[in-house]
Amino acid sequence: MTGSFGDQVTLLARRSVVRTARQPANVVFPLVFPLLLLAVNSSGLHSATRLPGFPTDSYLAFALAVPFMQGALFATMNAGTDLARDIQTGFLNRLALTPMRGVALLAGQLGGVMTMSLAQTAVWIGAGLIFGVRIASGVPGVLVLFVFSLLVALGFGALGAFLALRTGSGEAVQGMFPVFFVFLFISSMAMPRALIEIDWFRTAATLNPVSYLIECFRSLIITGWNAQALALGFGIALVIAAVAVALASVSLRSRLTRS
Amino acid sequence: MREFKKGPRAVDGIDLEVHPGEIYGFLGPNGAGKSTTVHMLTTLLPPTAGTATVAGFDIVREGPQVRAAIGAALQEAALDPLLTGREHLRLQTTLQGLPRSERAARGNLLLERVGLSQAADRKVRGYSGGMKRRLDLALALVHSPRILFLDEPTTGLDPQSRSALWEEVRRLAKDDGVTVFLTTQYLEEADVLADRVGIIDHGRIVAEGTPGKLKAEVGRPTVEVVPADPDDRERAQAIIGRFGEPCAAAQGVAVRLATGEADLAEIVRALDAEGLRVENLQLHQPSLDDVFLTKTGRSLEGAGDEDDVAEPALEPA
Repeated sequence: MTGSFGDQVTLLARRSVVRTARQPANVVFPLVFPLLLLAVNSSGLHSATRLPGFPTDSYLAFALAVPFMQGALFATMNAGTDLARDIQTGFLNRLALTPMRGVALLAGQLGGVMTMSLAQTAVWIGAGLIFGVRIASGVPGVLVLFVFSLLVALGFGALGAFLALRTGSGEAVQGMFPVFFVFLFISSMAMPRALIEIDWFRTAATLNPVSYLIECFRSLIITGWNAQALALGFGIALVIAAVAVALASVSLRSRLTRS
Repeated sequence: MREFKKGPRAVDGIDLEVHPGEIYGFLGPNGAGKSTTVHMLTTLLPPTAGTATVAGFDIVREGPQVRAAIGAALQEAALDPLLTGREHLRLQTTLQGLPRSERAARGNLLLERVGLSQAADRKVRGYSGGMKRRLDLALALVHSPRILFLDEPTTGLDPQSRSALWEEVRRLAKDDGVTVFLTTQYLEEADVLADRVGIIDHGRIVAEGTPGKLKAEVGRPTVEVVPADPDDRERAQAIIGRFGEPCAAAQGVAVRLATGEADLAEIVRALDAEGLRVENLQLHQPSLDDVFLTKTGRSLEGAGDEDDVAEPALEPA
């Protein structure tokens, strides 16, 4: 008498969204912090747009890609800490005693993270439009921005879920936050890679996959349709999502040690 | 049997049988292996050796069938503080595979049965300990299990909540024919609730039987007399010595009654006839703690603390 897989995933995704929505700090800070950083950077670094070769005359448009990545990092933390809490409180054991399929738990959790990501994406794009950013790729580009955001949220959410399932500790998941932030800061977040003058930084940013995710978002906002940026961004996001989901699935199997 | 990588053998060759419809009390101090046993029997933790069947199904080879037959409320009420009671039941009825048309009705019925209808739409983080335990029980009953595992269900509850939960457990066994496997560290709980009791210590069962039989095995009741005048201790001992053999007493003098508590009235009459003034007179029935003391040489209360042994974290070996 197992309930349908769709029912299970829908309800678990709903639970994930409801839990996030009922923790104001988990909703407000992931929205406010990236917007504040965007405001500070776009006013403080505006003069960078005068550098020869800078791809746009609006630093706000250039930097608008960053909140998408910061949102993904917050998604990692939320997915991870929620799942870790389920492990610590024994809620996962309760779920393990039902005929629920393990993959439904993961799909539900990630579905919730992706739903929150949709809302965040709407906020970033809305904020950009309000402050004068023109999305170069037009309405189809906005749709692609949503799709790409979902894919990135899936990958990073799965990474958070993997960390939670592996360690069983919310503190361990939160402890990884600064590490992820380092990846964000040593990317092309603040400057196009070609314009980074310090060699080691440029090399690090070139090796850093986060750079290509940001550049994919950015290309849709300031360039239009850049096949190379889109291919690299979607390719890397797909690989991250595939690896992270696989790792999380394996960890979930070993965490649900039911016979 | 269950061994962990780090730590002692948590469950060491226990052998027990629980009959359909009975309440089986699994009594032991902290760290004795109670929760590990429950985790194994509910398929959440594979044993490292040995076999067990629950509802006729092997816990290792037939996990899904075992889980379909059982309900479990584990040691910590595993609830999501951010969800309401009704949302918990909606989730559980869905995951347990109840038909869509029956989910709401089943949830409402269980909320009513555990007395949470009024609080059903409040978030669980605002529930008291007793309310959480009752919701935990309702969730375990969603799919009408034949066997119910309750792992220390009343730990931390106030006496009123404890009594209410006992009443519900009794009703489940008596009216619904549910077999209940109940772990507890409370002597009174095992004594008043369980049809049979298994006492576990250091991963081994040290005694098993009905509470009455176990207590009868360790001896007859004792009577302790504390004379008003301490100089009368020898006289008091001589008087009550007619009714049984002397034994250790906490304050006064005591005898183990030769013919049971029926002699109590005679003892009072004899003390009165000799003109001995008594400050205190107590009849001590053997308790399950006496059983534990006899079998292990330690008192159950505080035994886990003395050993300073916690049950190992339930990680696979």
